[in-house]
Amino acid sequence: MSDDSIIIPSTTTNSLSKLTINDYSKTGFGYNPSIGTQSNSINNIETSNLLISKKQIILSTSTIPIYEKLHLISKKSPIEEITLSSLLYLFSEIIQWQFKNSKNINDLEARLNGLGYKLGIKLIEMIKLKDGYKLLKRDTKILEILQFIHGPFWKFIFGKQADELEMSQNNNDEYMIIDNLPILNKYISIPKDYGDLNCCAFVAGIIEGSLDVSGFNCNVTAHTSTTDQHPLRTVYLIKFHSNVLYRENIRN
Amino acid sequence: MSKKNTGDDIWKNNVEKIVKLFTLTYGSVVSQLCRDFQNNYYEVNQQLDKMGYNIGLRLIEEFLAKTGIKRCQSFKETADIITKLGFKIFLNIQPTIENWSNDGKSCSLIIPEPNPLTEFVELPITSDSKIGKELWYSQILCGVLRGALQMVQLDCDVNFIKDVLRGDDRTEMRLKLNKILKDEVPAGED
Repeated sequence: MSDDSIIIPSTTTNSLSKLTINDYSKTGFGYNPSIGTQSNSINNIETSNLLISKKQIILSTSTIPIYEKLHLISKKSPIEEITLSSLLYLFSEIIQWQFKNSKNINDLEARLNGLGYKLGIKLIEMIKLKDGYKLLKRDTKILEILQFIHGPFWKFIFGKQADELEMSQNNNDEYMIIDNLPILNKYISIPKDYGDLNCCAFVAGIIEGSLDVSGFNCNVTAHTSTTDQHPLRTVYLIKFHSNVLYRENIRN
Repeated sequence: MSKKNTGDDIWKNNVEKIVKLFTLTYGSVVSQLCRDFQNNYYEVNQQLDKMGYNIGLRLIEEFLAKTGIKRCQSFKETADIITKLGFKIFLNIQPTIENWSNDGKSCSLIIPEPNPLTEFVELPITSDSKIGKELWYSQILCGVLRGALQMVQLDCDVNFIKDVLRGDDRTEMRLKLNKILKDEVPAGED
């Protein structure tokens, strides 16, 4: 990779090598390596306004920052639980809202996936923080991270573990997490002409977001695979990108 | 049995429960709406209200089935039931009622902290303070109340006047009874 292709997140249009001493961060914060420590100082009005407003907001709103709240929650949260039907009402509104915006079933699934993706990015960090030292390590192997998703992760969001974790027999880059009774689908019945729509695309998005942010790039899709005992059985198919497998092989 | 006990009872025995997913899902919706409407927060509020209204229309049925309560005699009783039963069953919180107007037609509901909708939420800190002035993050609650009350023939205006997220000292909703509707099928809103 050449230097030019490195992108600084805070100033996406400029690459690192193009920065000069006259550049300063557009948002007011950020480190400019060509300037050094000076770049972090308060040097223009905008930045100082920003700092002042930030200070004011922190002073005036709640005194406990979010991450400290999390630690409080891990002991005893006042809102341990809320009613499942509230979530399902909200979820059905989400589907209707996205359905109205989408062109076809695939588009709808992609949109639900996108909503979940954003959630997954934050969720995995939160779960790791919440459970403290037991889980506070970075998983580096595919199997480790999948077991984490299958176990504690699932338990945190749905209150139970996922039912099965399988590896595909045909492709070594495909894994499956199986949920016999996905709670989000519990009261959803899909009309026949909607094809194989599965609203758990939202959950697939959560998994995809969590895996991506942990460094395992993949695509996750949700499929219904009905059995006699479990009419709602849903399979989440996780397909890892080739670079993940390449890295995995080096480690082994 | 008092209403409070009924609420606790139903909460303990009659509902399935779920942990944090609700809060997070709602956050995801709000942030997507902000993006969809390109940070036009009035539109976001409106859309949230609409979604809430649709939820309210259907939620009242479950509420009546689970509680089995009879028609309220006064608007004060209605407000009492909303806080002690409605919020308890669906969100596991119990707002307090304050500031009754003289004619008994409007009151304030104080949503206690932590509010399940906003538990992990901070509004982004930017130099443009528009979001803190225009967005009502929990607006969906207003829609739900409006929809549910309309289904029991009470035409109400519900809106937020204070929100902890904006830096106010508490989260306060204003509930105002416009009129009592005649028994008829309300027109749908989508």
